[in-house]
Amino acid sequence: MIAFIIQRLFQAVLVMLVVALISFSLFQFVGDPINNMVGVDSTIEQREALRERLGLNDPIPVQFATWVGNAVQGEFGKSYRMGKPVADLIAERLPATLELVGLSAVIALLVGIPMGIYTGLHRENWLSKVFLATSLIGISIPTFLIGILLILIFGVWLGWLPTFGRQGLVDIGLWQTSFLTAKGWSHIIMPAITLALFQLTLIMRLVRAEMLEVLRTDYIKFARARGLTNRAVNFGHALKNTLVPVITITGLQIGSLLAFSIITETVFQWPGMGLLIIQAISFVDIPIMSSYLVLIALFFVLINLIVDLLYYTVDPRLRIERTSSTGGH
Amino acid sequence: MQQIDTRAPSDHHTNRLIDAIRRFLDGDVFYSFKRSPITIIAFFVTMLMFLAAIFAPWIAPHDTSNIASLDLMNAFRPPAWTAGGDQLFPLGTDDQGRDVLSAIIFGLRISLYVGFAGVILAAVFGTLLGLLSGYVGGTLDSIIMRIADIQLTFPSILIALLFDGIVRSVMSATMHKDFKLTVLVLAIAASQWVNFARTVRGSTMVEKNKEYVQAARVIGIHPVLIMLRHVLPNVTGPVLVIGTLSLAIAILTEATLSFLGVGVPVTQPSLGTLIRIGNDFLFSGEWWMTIFPGIALVILVLAVNLLGDWMRDALNPKLR
Repeated sequence: MIAFIIQRLFQAVLVMLVVALISFSLFQFVGDPINNMVGVDSTIEQREALRERLGLNDPIPVQFATWVGNAVQGEFGKSYRMGKPVADLIAERLPATLELVGLSAVIALLVGIPMGIYTGLHRENWLSKVFLATSLIGISIPTFLIGILLILIFGVWLGWLPTFGRQGLVDIGLWQTSFLTAKGWSHIIMPAITLALFQLTLIMRLVRAEMLEVLRTDYIKFARARGLTNRAVNFGHALKNTLVPVITITGLQIGSLLAFSIITETVFQWPGMGLLIIQAISFVDIPIMSSYLVLIALFFVLINLIVDLLYYTVDPRLRIERTSSTGGH
Repeated sequence: MQQIDTRAPSDHHTNRLIDAIRRFLDGDVFYSFKRSPITIIAFFVTMLMFLAAIFAPWIAPHDTSNIASLDLMNAFRPPAWTAGGDQLFPLGTDDQGRDVLSAIIFGLRISLYVGFAGVILAAVFGTLLGLLSGYVGGTLDSIIMRIADIQLTFPSILIALLFDGIVRSVMSATMHKDFKLTVLVLAIAASQWVNFARTVRGSTMVEKNKEYVQAARVIGIHPVLIMLRHVLPNVTGPVLVIGTLSLAIAILTEATLSFLGVGVPVTQPSLGTLIRIGNDFLFSGEWWMTIFPGIALVILVLAVNLLGDWMRDALNPKLR
């Protein structure tokens, strides 16, 4: 167990270092940072002084170490375009994205798992076929188009919901939340559904496939032969065993929710990190790009780590295989 | 055998071709194709869209690639069947007076070009890396597969987006403008190669231990030749399936990037670009500028997805 965790941690640190290196080189070798910071009429002496003060004349490894040190402390420099520290910009935008992603994940799970169970248990039912057909179409419609369609129907034609922005916020300490007012909900619900739909279809198909697989196994047949109720067999035995892969995939999907939030935020002008990065990419705002890169990698690495550990605790077989294989070495 | 050898070489070739076609028509792959009406529809829809894309300049009612031919007087025409529509523009026009139907046909061309080029590049690189990784093994294998593992945890759209962003910041703005399509193709290839590499590596490791490879090794054939001549033809089966499913993802990725405004240049609008342009006019009621390119995109991706799904099942011996 310890060896496994250490191995995973080591891999996580390695990934973070590689990403940091890419980020750093982006920062370092693209354009001249001095040019981005001083005015056009500054003298060469001024530039040299600034260069020395910023440590740009130090050897590259030293600079990298300094950069990593700063990054660990949340210090990523200033945005070229907005002139504000990147850390502040991100701190300002993070709650919006996290709330959006969180609500989407909840929607995807609460709707996707029951739909998956239903289609798995009642294969030939017409409702299952409708669900499956819808899910295939759901996979083929890109996220941004779903958003546009929702805006067109509920925003423009019916006029029920606001189509852009994040309003109705309530301050809780440093965090501003949408969840405490009806107005906040009316703004977040469409982006959240847009973001959730793809994951929802994915979870549904996964649960269905796993259910079908598990229902074929011998222990389910024996459970039925023993005369257990359908309910006990389906939910007590079958569902429980389908949840292992579902946990893994859902965990990993939270990462892709973060990535897809870029699209949703653009469609709905939701002021989160996605909108920040897409603007940074179009304006080549390197401090934001490189810090986003590091931050998103950190998210992914953490999620993967947690999923690995969860998997390990949920599935006892993995523990046995691990110990026997490490014992064999 | 004797009989075939006595024929002229060209004759021999056509006969082999006819034989191959006959075998294919008798085979179970074609049988399963015939049995699935949805697949047949998907196949014809895909073909139709390919042909429309290839012959766009002859099929499209208006030449939208030529900016000089546009007339602002024709801007914002609704579809032909609604009030104020014009028979000249069956699906309406956009803000520049561009015919939406023609723009879709030309956009299909760009979307398919970028999708195909990206997937082919990804397939070539992924297959070669997978082959190398599986055949050579050892440290090289662990390095390639570790990179693949790490990349697989990031969604492909993010890889493509960041790749595009990094290239954009390395290149100067004018240079980037000229290479935009190439950058996009590379970004898509960079986000898709992993699936090919992993699958090919898996089958290479199985093939590697078979007798014919060992025999080839014993008689001293160069490892590169063994890989390319002997192993490669036996591991490319699944590549076609992955390629088809990847094509759907690639088309969606391109559309998404273009929608976000970091994809194809505005002078060569793809379906994603058309949707983005239309999105600006959604609130003023010009819905046709968004909806029709959107429908075209969804139909294309759905058809390719259905074909890929069918192919995966038909070529999988386990499911027969």
